[in-house]
Order: sequence, then structure tokens, then C-alpha cells
Amino acid sequence: MHNLNPAIHFNKVNFHADDKHILKNITGSFYEGTITSLVGPSGAGKSTLLKLCNGLLSATSGEIHIKDKKIDTYEPVELRRIVGIALQNAPMVNGTVFHNLELPLKLQAKKLEVKTAKDLLDDVGLDEEYLHRDVRDLSGGQRQKVSIARTLVNQPKILLLDEITSALDRVSKHEIEDLIVKINKKYKVTMLWITHNLQQAIDIGHYVWVLMEGEVIETGKSTILKSPTHERVKQFVKGEME
Amino acid sequence: MSTLALAIALIFVLIPIFLSKTFNLGLEKDTTIAVVRSIIQLFAVGYILKFVFDTESLIYIFLMVFVMIVAATQNARKKGKTIKGITWKIALTLVFMEVLTQSILLGFNITPATAQYIIPISGMVVGNSMVLAILFLNRFTSEVDTHQEQTELILSLGGTPKQAIHTQLITAIKASMIPTIESQKTIGLVQLPGMMSGQIIAGASPVQAVQFQLLVLFLLLTTAAVTSIMLGFLCYPTLFNQRMQFLKIR
Repeated sequence: MHNLNPAIHFNKVNFHADDKHILKNITGSFYEGTITSLVGPSGAGKSTLLKLCNGLLSATSGEIHIKDKKIDTYEPVELRRIVGIALQNAPMVNGTVFHNLELPLKLQAKKLEVKTAKDLLDDVGLDEEYLHRDVRDLSGGQRQKVSIARTLVNQPKILLLDEITSALDRVSKHEIEDLIVKINKKYKVTMLWITHNLQQAIDIGHYVWVLMEGEVIETGKSTILKSPTHERVKQFVKGEME
Repeated sequence: MSTLALAIALIFVLIPIFLSKTFNLGLEKDTTIAVVRSIIQLFAVGYILKFVFDTESLIYIFLMVFVMIVAATQNARKKGKTIKGITWKIALTLVFMEVLTQSILLGFNITPATAQYIIPISGMVVGNSMVLAILFLNRFTSEVDTHQEQTELILSLGGTPKQAIHTQLITAIKASMIPTIESQKTIGLVQLPGMMSGQIIAGASPVQAVQFQLLVLFLLLTTAAVTSIMLGFLCYPTLFNQRMQFLKIR
């Protein structure tokens, strides 16, 4: 059971960009130690919502609290180390897997121990032989695993995963799903993840937020996707499940 | 050179116009405009320089350098329109280059403090600085656009804006400096610089012409390095806001 303390709380949050109203009056919480799936059609504002959580973007109006503190009271660098994000295409810096794992510490003028790097690879299900492999030689699934391991280097309390399974094959998707559950249990980290696969959302997420056209249409335990109440969500679920 | 000789030299203008027409290159109009403009501009500047050299007035020297900097800024800013405040950033860089180089030249008595020296050297410094600024801005804006994900990645891992843009900045600085360094490696072997050739043709001693040319080359090396680096460090912060957010992220 989870203790239901909010790790992130949104209060009437709006986000505009180039005269477009991307997020509209978002209110709600993501709870400590839980996995929440963000689902909804493309362009619903899901990625924007994640980027608001770790300060890559700022809300136009409204308040966001991270662990009871207003988000803008954190130094941006400190916030991004507490709230880690694995980006959609798993961008890598040139070099080996080790170079990429070392990056978060290198930015703080620190070094990563080889043993720690091997442990991280083990956590994400990659053999230690990958440590010195060029990132250009990795498959999509392996890149995503390295991307998640790299985010874990900062020991974040909250982990945001931006459509990390969208470009993967079925086997890699299952591996990443298992990995999400494993990381959540091992590190007790609060996780928000975006997926287009509603079955994934039901299987992995404790909670779900359904976003459409910048609004949160439905929230609750992930099983609500099996019997949504809102008409637009019913239509969406029907479309996605078919 | 007589006016008649110069008129005959217009053959060198007729050749590209003829070729453009023959091969349908469509460059006749541009070539004609370029030639007419260069004739008017060069004669005008020739008479202005004669006047300024004769009067030896500091005000006119300042005025000429000012006009050079304004014209160079106007030309270079087109390449960096997407960067906030690019006009004053280029102007500041050009002014700094001019002050730096003239301070060294005049301060150490390397060149005399006369219009004959200050104006042509200023022209070379500001002109070269302008080309460097254009090369830098062209490459920098393209690097920033191409590597947006990389920038976002480093910010997301807790990096600072400077760390997030470092690779793109260094690539653009190096790329803009390479033509200056490479052309200096082959100077004298492949090409004789215009200023040196002009002095030799005008009857100056080749050794003295070489000495001045070397001075110009050293100046251009400094110009290349300082312009690119200074402009780079003035430009990159405008890509981020106070919350260390990359302004291109959507």
C-alpha cells in the first residue's frame, strides 16, 4: 500500500506557447512511490506536463509543488537532479555507454566509479560488457535502458519517462515494462510515464491521468481505463484498444 | 594607371557578363550592379580618404571608423536574426576589436597615429571581424537547431546552460576560425595578399610590404579568435532564461 503523500501537486496550472493554450487549468497530485501513467492522444500536452515537473518549462500560471515546496523555490539544477527525466528518443552524447552514464556526474565535475556503472547496467538488465560499447551500436531498447540508468545516476526521487517504449518492438517493450516496475520497487521512486499503450498503463501504472486537448479528463486508479465514465475517454479507449 | 587603361580593364567585367548570358546563368544584372556599386563606392571613399588624410582631423577618423562599424554590423546581423539583441552584440564585438587592436598598435608605437594608418587597418580589422561574425552566426544557429535534443538532455541531467551549449559553441567558434588559419598557412605560396601586392605595385620595397603584411596577418589572427569567442559568449545566454530553460523547447 502507498502512503498517498503527494510527491508532485499541480494547482490550476496553465501553459501557453506561441499563443497556443497547451495545458488548461490542471489540478491534481502524483503520489510518493507510485507509478502514474499519462495517456491521451498526440498533442494532448503530456510531454509538456512532464517538462513542467522538472523545470525544463515553467507554467504560465498556477502553482506546482514538489515535495511540499513550490517548484520555483528550487534551484533549477537541484530540481532537475531530484526530478529526473528520460527523454523520448533517448538522446546520447558521442562515445561509450560509460561516457553516457558518467555524464550527470561529469556535469558536477565528479567521476563515476566503474563498479557503480556496472551496478546501474545490472539494474536495467544490461550485461557489464556493454559498458565500453559505442552508443551508436546499441538497439532502441538498449538505448532506452542506458538512458534510464543515466537518469538514475543522480539518484532522483521522482522519475519521468517520456514515451520511452513508443519506438520499441514487443520484446523490448516488455523488458522496459519490467524495468519500470523493478526500479519503482527497488528505489521507491515516484514515477510518471507517458504511454500510448493502454494495456501497458493498466498493467504497470497504479494511477492514470487521461489528457485530451490540454485538459485532464479523467484520473484515478489505472483500472478506470477498463470502464471509463467520461464519454470522450470511452471513445479514446475504444479507439486505442481496437 | 591612366583612366583610359582602367576603361580598357572593363573587358574583365564584360567577360563574366558575356559568359552569364551565353550559359543562361542569370547573373548579368547582379554583376552589373556589383561593378557599378564598387566603382561609385571606391571612388567616393578614395576622395573621402584624401580629404580625411589632408585634414588629419580626429573627428573625421572617428566618423569613418564609426561608418565602417555600422555598415559591418548591418551586414552581419542578417545571419543572426533569431538571436535576441544580435545587433548590439555584433556592434559591441566590432568596437571591442577596434579598440583592442588600435590600442596595441598605437600604444606600442607599432604604427603612427595618423589617418593613413588608422583607417586602412581599421577597415581590415572591422571587415575581417564582420566576415568572422557571419561565419560564426551561420554555424552557431545551425548547430543549435540541429542539436536541440542534446541541449535538452544536458539541462535535464542538471547541467548549466553553458554546459548544455558548450559543444555547439566550440564547434561554431572553431569552424569560423578555420578559414583564417588555413589561408594563412598558404599565404605567399598560393596567394599574395592584396595589401602587399598593392604596395609593391605602388613602388614600395617588397620587404617593407612584407613587414606590413605580417602585421596585418597577426592582427587578423587576433581578430578571428576574439570575434568568434566574444560573440559566442555574448550570444549563448540569450538562448536560455533565468530558470535555465532552453527557449527552443516545446
